[in-house]
Amino acid sequence: MVSVGSERTGESVCDGKRRQICGNRKNVYERQRMSEAGQRKGMEMEMKVNKSKLSKTTKNDMITYGMVILTYIVVQLLVSTGHVSSLIQGLLVPFCTYVIVAVALNLTVGILGELSLGHAGFMCVGAFASAVFSLAFKEALPGGLRFFLALLIGAASAALVGFLVGIPVLRLRGDYLAIVTLAFGEIIKNIINALYLGVDSSGVHFSMKDALSLHMEEDGLMLIKGAQGVTGTPNDSNFTVGVILILVTLFIVLNFIHSRTGRAVMSIRDNRIAAESVGINVTKYKLIAFTVSASLAGVAGVLYAHNLSTLNALPKNFGYNMSIMILVFVVLGGIGNIRGSIVAAVLLTLLPEVLRGLSDYRMLIYSIVLIVMMIFNWSPNAVFFRKRLQQKLLPGRKAEKEAV
Amino acid sequence: MSFVAHLINGISLGSVYALIALGYTMVYGIAKMLNFAHGDVIMIGGYVVFVMASGMGINPLAAIIISMAACTVLGVTIERVAYRPLRGASPLAVLITAIGVSYLLQNVALLVFGSDTKAFSNVVTLPNLELFGGQLIIKSVTIVTVIVSIIIMVGLTFFVKKTKIGRAMTAVSEDQGAAQLMGINVNGTIAVTFAIGSMLASVAGVLLCSAYPSLTPYTGSMPGIKAFVAAVFGGIGSIPGAFIGGILLGVIENLSKAYISSQLSDAIVFSILIIVLLVKPTGLLGRKILEKV
Repeated sequence: MVSVGSERTGESVCDGKRRQICGNRKNVYERQRMSEAGQRKGMEMEMKVNKSKLSKTTKNDMITYGMVILTYIVVQLLVSTGHVSSLIQGLLVPFCTYVIVAVALNLTVGILGELSLGHAGFMCVGAFASAVFSLAFKEALPGGLRFFLALLIGAASAALVGFLVGIPVLRLRGDYLAIVTLAFGEIIKNIINALYLGVDSSGVHFSMKDALSLHMEEDGLMLIKGAQGVTGTPNDSNFTVGVILILVTLFIVLNFIHSRTGRAVMSIRDNRIAAESVGINVTKYKLIAFTVSASLAGVAGVLYAHNLSTLNALPKNFGYNMSIMILVFVVLGGIGNIRGSIVAAVLLTLLPEVLRGLSDYRMLIYSIVLIVMMIFNWSPNAVFFRKRLQQKLLPGRKAEKEAV
Repeated sequence: MSFVAHLINGISLGSVYALIALGYTMVYGIAKMLNFAHGDVIMIGGYVVFVMASGMGINPLAAIIISMAACTVLGVTIERVAYRPLRGASPLAVLITAIGVSYLLQNVALLVFGSDTKAFSNVVTLPNLELFGGQLIIKSVTIVTVIVSIIIMVGLTFFVKKTKIGRAMTAVSEDQGAAQLMGINVNGTIAVTFAIGSMLASVAGVLLCSAYPSLTPYTGSMPGIKAFVAAVFGGIGSIPGAFIGGILLGVIENLSKAYISSQLSDAIVFSILIIVLLVKPTGLLGRKILEKV
């Protein structure tokens, strides 16, 4: 709105600015009036079309839910027509696990803005707590109820550990927080690897040394056998359960983000001091977000545990490598972008399997793809290049953006 | 006596951690990035010496020098290709790229050298030291490790404090923009840092493999993480801090392996790290950075 000529003298700049402000205000008023009118109209039309009332965020969320449901339907159709190899079928539940934990980690990294390298540890807690419960009540409870209770137990125990870890850890910042969460993840894995747990008629026994020092009676049932882990967990999870859990997770996380609490958490992320100065209790909101994130990671662990008959805490599945892998999903999918995490988790889990034909080279290609994608996505030069390309190809779009 | 032996072994392992941690801490201090691929440079250094000494029969000392040169080139190349394009991008993006580089190195090693464990022959061929009439035997590799790492630490401190490049490093770590305005070649300084760090990693690799003679493509990853912990423990960015952190970590790890539980030693090491960080959030010798509002 300000023409180049008007910059010559101060007055005219002022004038120009004023005009611009007035214009803007006018625009705002107009827009408001229009939107009010639109709302009124929307209310009138509510009976007929429900959609026009939805806000942008709701629409966005609906797209995310819809995407998951659509994928589920497509995959189920493909499975029923026999187009999915047994290898991929076996991967369906792990897909769900990774999606859930990636969404959970995105809550910590993207919304809370803290780097956690220990989410595999929370997964581990959820997995073992629920596996022990399911094994102990294998005969006593029917499958559905047992899995539901296991889910609650897994989520609650991971939330508890997350809460306990969060109290000291969230005081630290940046890379120190990252290293401490990594350390906690490793500690959890280590302890579970050294833990022996059994139950018999005289109660629950546990030991950190070996199975013999449990002093179990003959009718006893070994629950955790140290490094051998938990064996004989009932196989309660399947793809449908996984997808339902993804939807529940999405529901929790998306509503959390749009809630008052979520906005408080995001304000802490953007500027802690400013948030503190307007009376936001930083520790409380950080803890809430971290605990929710940990408990959702626990849910992923429950799903993971009930898909396997033998559960061990190996470096491969619950070590820092796993935490890093989840972080890769989150960063590649877009920090703070929930839908991106889902897509990235599925694609990056699928990629090594698709490349399986290349056998030895697949992880090599995976790593190169990872590096190239990171540079393409994040390098300042690449970002600049992409912007220029966009301007060249779609000149209309830029003008639109400026107008907004 | 056995306590002394465990202590000495701990110091030896700690010296290796310290060497790796020095590389971590220098790169972190100057480029403000966690170079997760650092542990894998160690592994590559080990493999180069293995191929040279065991495969081609080259004199071990010459093999070590070749390996140092190779790792230096590798470190600078990684920096140039993977990290430099991302300068100014989000730290998380750089972190993930470093993880990508780490995977890349591991898989290249897997393809070239195979997944089987290679028996690394000890390059230190001096006789072992026997004390108290044979009651306490200190392996020569232990002594060499400790001496080498002390020399390197002192040399590095001198280098950073007294030489022009070293001061340039300090300047870049304090304020990159201001350093650039003063005519310091920031990219060049960071490249030199990577070169030094990778060279140290290669030395650490040789010493680590001499003390624990097995070499796989994943040899470097756990010591890498431990050394990172050591660097944080001592206060990341500080050279003496990395050294002290490394030694302490090695001693704690070895003593807890010997007296408490070998399975829980990692858990104990990490718990002590957490306690230290809670009491002193910037590590033992780290500086407190005031936050501007």
